[in-house]
Amino acid sequence: MRRAPLLFLAPALGAAALFGVPLVALVLRAPWAELGHQLESPTARDALVLSLVCSLSATAISFALGVPLAWLLARTDFTGQRLVRALVTLPMVLPPVVGGVALLLAFGRRGLVGEWLAALGVTLPFTTAGAVVAETFVALPFLVVSAEAGFRQIDPRLEEAAAVLGARPGFALRRVTLPLAAPALRAGAALCWARALGEFGATITFAGSFPGRTQTLPLAVYLALEHDPDAAIALSLVLLIVSVAALVALRDRWLGA
Amino acid sequence: MRRTLCRFAFAVALLALALPARAQESKHELTVFAAASLSESFQALATAFEARTHTHVTFSFGASSLLVTQLQQGAPADVLATADEVTMARVRDLVDAPRTFAHNRLQIAVEKGNPKRVAKLSDLARTDLAVVLAAEQVPVGKYAREALAEAKVSVTPRSLEADVKAVLNKVILGEADAGIVYTTDVRSAAGKVDGVEIPDSQNVVATYPIAIAKATHEAGEANAFVDFVVSSEGREVLGRFGFAPP
Repeated sequence: MRRAPLLFLAPALGAAALFGVPLVALVLRAPWAELGHQLESPTARDALVLSLVCSLSATAISFALGVPLAWLLARTDFTGQRLVRALVTLPMVLPPVVGGVALLLAFGRRGLVGEWLAALGVTLPFTTAGAVVAETFVALPFLVVSAEAGFRQIDPRLEEAAAVLGARPGFALRRVTLPLAAPALRAGAALCWARALGEFGATITFAGSFPGRTQTLPLAVYLALEHDPDAAIALSLVLLIVSVAALVALRDRWLGA
Repeated sequence: MRRTLCRFAFAVALLALALPARAQESKHELTVFAAASLSESFQALATAFEARTHTHVTFSFGASSLLVTQLQQGAPADVLATADEVTMARVRDLVDAPRTFAHNRLQIAVEKGNPKRVAKLSDLARTDLAVVLAAEQVPVGKYAREALAEAKVSVTPRSLEADVKAVLNKVILGEADAGIVYTTDVRSAAGKVDGVEIPDSQNVVATYPIAIAKATHEAGEANAFVDFVVSSEGREVLGRFGFAPP
């Protein structure tokens, strides 16, 4: 263990304070006495339930679509692979509101694909399904990136050994590859879920905001801040607790514990 | 890696150079928080005001309720203009006596050509229509509910939007068939949406107050701006955008 040079200590403490102080402020200002009362309000309950439904659905869809994609990116070579990888990671750096606008132009009623969907009777804007699509759009990259790294870490010789011992590709995938990648998949899913839970910009732009249908927790926080700051703080606290729980679940992977 | 970083820094530097260096030209900066429905008219007012006084006006447009909350949290506004008196009253300790400078009315914004044949407020109850309203805490959301109550119409909106421009944009984009906005908003989006009149008996008169923040460091400029907004010239500019005089 080395002593910290003073030159580094001050900026490092500044960085830690930048994250720490707002969280402490949130906890200190929380209306603890009426917290239960705040969280029992219909708006809070609707938003909480909706957030759980949407974020878990988005994670399930991300898992079903993202794991095969991650495997293809990690284990095969195909033309346009780099383009696909760039496309998949783009939502990580794209402002979510821009993602929401793009989703509207694609799947909105007048959108590129949306017009056909509307003809089939499928509408996404202003529906819970739309909120799930928005969350999946933003959260999927986190799963893909984590899963791809997980697949890459597996020694290909283990898979080859399974094949030599007579395992069919499907069997080897199920019994060798996926179990070895499980920690990375779990971490990716948790990260994906946390991101989906916190999604704001794409959801409010693409799916709108209506209690019980598309108004997830972050949207409820934003609206509540205008007329009922205590409710906004209480809801924020719920999101904070959930985030901390996700971090604790992932501590072995990230905190180096 | 280093080369990528260099290129990135170079691109950012170029962008920064391309930004207008207007802030340095004028001595005085005025920050005005104004209701979203004032976006176009206040930009025009500021252009006229800047030409005369060499004070640079910066705007933050948004739902009045959001702006008031930001002011309560210490946002640095010199002047506040809201779309109703109730919202302004929430910060009566933070601003000087408000002055009424304009009135507005509601209209139903519909898609260009009105393909769904919306003719009156009661049509908004039709189940084949996707209707959006502003959230209840936003002035235009509250006014819309008053008008709907007056017409004894019950509407199930698809979405509760954060401000009046968000309602308007949902109609412009075609995601919503109809939304209740101000007449001035329909006018500002002429060519993109059509407006359906609401008869006076069901309509609401929106009252716009403007006030100077007590915490302003630019009291002289703030006063001059408010005087300009309520002057006959200011009234004439607002009239061009469809606002009625107080």
